[in-house]
Amino acid sequence: MSELKLMKGNEALAEAAIRAGVDGYFGYPITPQTEIIEYLMTERPELRTGMVVLQAESEIAAINMVYGAASTGKKAMTSSSSPGISLKLEGISYLAGAELPAVIVNVVRGGPGLGTIQPSQADYFQSVKGGGHGDYKLYVLAPASVQEMADFVEDAFDIAFKYRAPVLILSDGLIGQMMEKVVLKPQKLRMTNEELIEKNGDWAVTGKKGRERNIITSLDLQSEKMEARVRRLMKKYEQMEKEDLRFEKINCDDAEYLIIAYGSSARISQKAVELGRAKGIKVGLLRPITLFPYPKKALFDLADQVKGILSVELNAGQMVEDVRLSVEFKVPVEHFGRTGGIIHTPEEILEALEQKIIKNGSIRHHKTRESSIL
Amino acid sequence: MEVSDIIKPENQVFCKTKLMTDNSLSYCPGCGHGTAHNLTMEVIDEMGISEDVIGVAPVGCSVLAYDFMNIDMTQAAHGRAPAVATAISRLWPEKYVFTYQGDGDLAAIGTAETIHACNRGENIVIIFVNNGIYGMTGGQMAPTTLAGMKSSTSPYGRDIETMGSPLKITELIANLPGVYYVSRHAVHTHKHARKAKKAIQKAFENTRLGKGLSFIEIVSNCNSGWKMGPNESNIWMEENMFPYFPLGDIKVDGILKK
Repeated sequence: MSELKLMKGNEALAEAAIRAGVDGYFGYPITPQTEIIEYLMTERPELRTGMVVLQAESEIAAINMVYGAASTGKKAMTSSSSPGISLKLEGISYLAGAELPAVIVNVVRGGPGLGTIQPSQADYFQSVKGGGHGDYKLYVLAPASVQEMADFVEDAFDIAFKYRAPVLILSDGLIGQMMEKVVLKPQKLRMTNEELIEKNGDWAVTGKKGRERNIITSLDLQSEKMEARVRRLMKKYEQMEKEDLRFEKINCDDAEYLIIAYGSSARISQKAVELGRAKGIKVGLLRPITLFPYPKKALFDLADQVKGILSVELNAGQMVEDVRLSVEFKVPVEHFGRTGGIIHTPEEILEALEQKIIKNGSIRHHKTRESSIL
Repeated sequence: MEVSDIIKPENQVFCKTKLMTDNSLSYCPGCGHGTAHNLTMEVIDEMGISEDVIGVAPVGCSVLAYDFMNIDMTQAAHGRAPAVATAISRLWPEKYVFTYQGDGDLAAIGTAETIHACNRGENIVIIFVNNGIYGMTGGQMAPTTLAGMKSSTSPYGRDIETMGSPLKITELIANLPGVYYVSRHAVHTHKHARKAKKAIQKAFENTRLGKGLSFIEIVSNCNSGWKMGPNESNIWMEENMFPYFPLGDIKVDGILKK
């Protein structure tokens, strides 16, 4: 049965994982995502569904536990926050290389280094430009509400198993820590081992009963074989772009100016759009829900309609590079962001739109950009 | 007279291990890995558990173990095999899960994963091949490289003042309560190989009984890395490695040997 609850984003995600029939969660404490493992340990999912929850000795061990579980075709996930995700990147690269389905959650905090425990979106590059070594990409989902923290768990596993690829849920300290009402889906049954072997037996290592043995590896010492593997990965990413791109347009139909933002920035920017509209500024919001695949075409098309675009991010200017690439310099694109764990207000965003875009709206020259950070 | 007239299955005393593939071993002639692989596969075959075994290959010379062991295997990142095996064992408690790791993998980069999997008493088998050197990358100093021993990164010999002493990780692990069985062996003679096989068998029996972690160290040679001939390296191993890494049981049925 569905249930309406008031929950923290991190807790909603943890509860959704149990309800989605996830087989294993392996994690290590780090602020601001520790509620996920705390909730799971308290809820005793081993009694509810038989789900295995284990506190690993490190983020590195946790991601490799996910690798082990995923090797056997089980639904496995881990979560962490920025410095912890940096540690997991080797394992994430291995998951991509070995073509294993898994879900990784990053509740982002400010960096670099130990940075701050406050919310940030400074892991955009790390999430969509590789992060780990080698030619791979992650399918990246960016929730903007507690509801999406819950819903995206199942969505992420669907994609992970559709493509046999790791999927990242890129949240942040704001979405993870805030409380909202959330509709939780009914409990799904975990797959039995027999069902799993039926579904994933052609690749998963489950013991070679009644078949030739399976091998999971990311290693191909023969160059031709390795190139074929890389090409196979690239095909998956092309298919993701065609079939599984997600974005949302808000007030874009008559927009003269566009704000682009994801996650918590999109949430705040939505209020900035309302304030702008109240002042008579025709501003719309494009919210990428997936950061890879990226809504390149939607942006390219909107660039014919609007006079300028403001990329609002909780970082020093990362996604703005993809916005510029997408619109191919058809319109001015500027960045506005706060860092250090400071969260921009709707008023600041609107002011930035007026100062950086509207004031220079029709001027299409590219002078040396001033620092975009407040 | 044809070969098939002479060699008949009913007359064969030794034959190729059924669970080894037909691929040529990638190990150097004289290396102990082939025997260690063989013994592991023989045990699994004789126990009749080949369809319920999941192996975890490391990074190092035995990264390609899955090319030779004809069972389901997954290949772990450098040092992380015990973490990979942990999750497999937790999610498939009825399966036999083992890792096969070298000294660099298990006792240097993977020290944390090794110690914690052992400390949790995961119901798995760890087969640890210790040849005191990094073989695959061409003979660099390992955590188990002996004092004074030359390698490409200790070209004047391991100086324990600056490089630390060779790590007796097996003794360290034996002291953890979660560990049920720890035994150190060699495979360079038939006598040693037979003993090692018995230990591997006991280890997998422990998994069957759910006793927790079994840890089998195999002290082996690396004639290429040590820059010696195979025979010479075996003699050197007996004279130098065995005194520091003495063979025999260290912990049996959860009880440390005095």
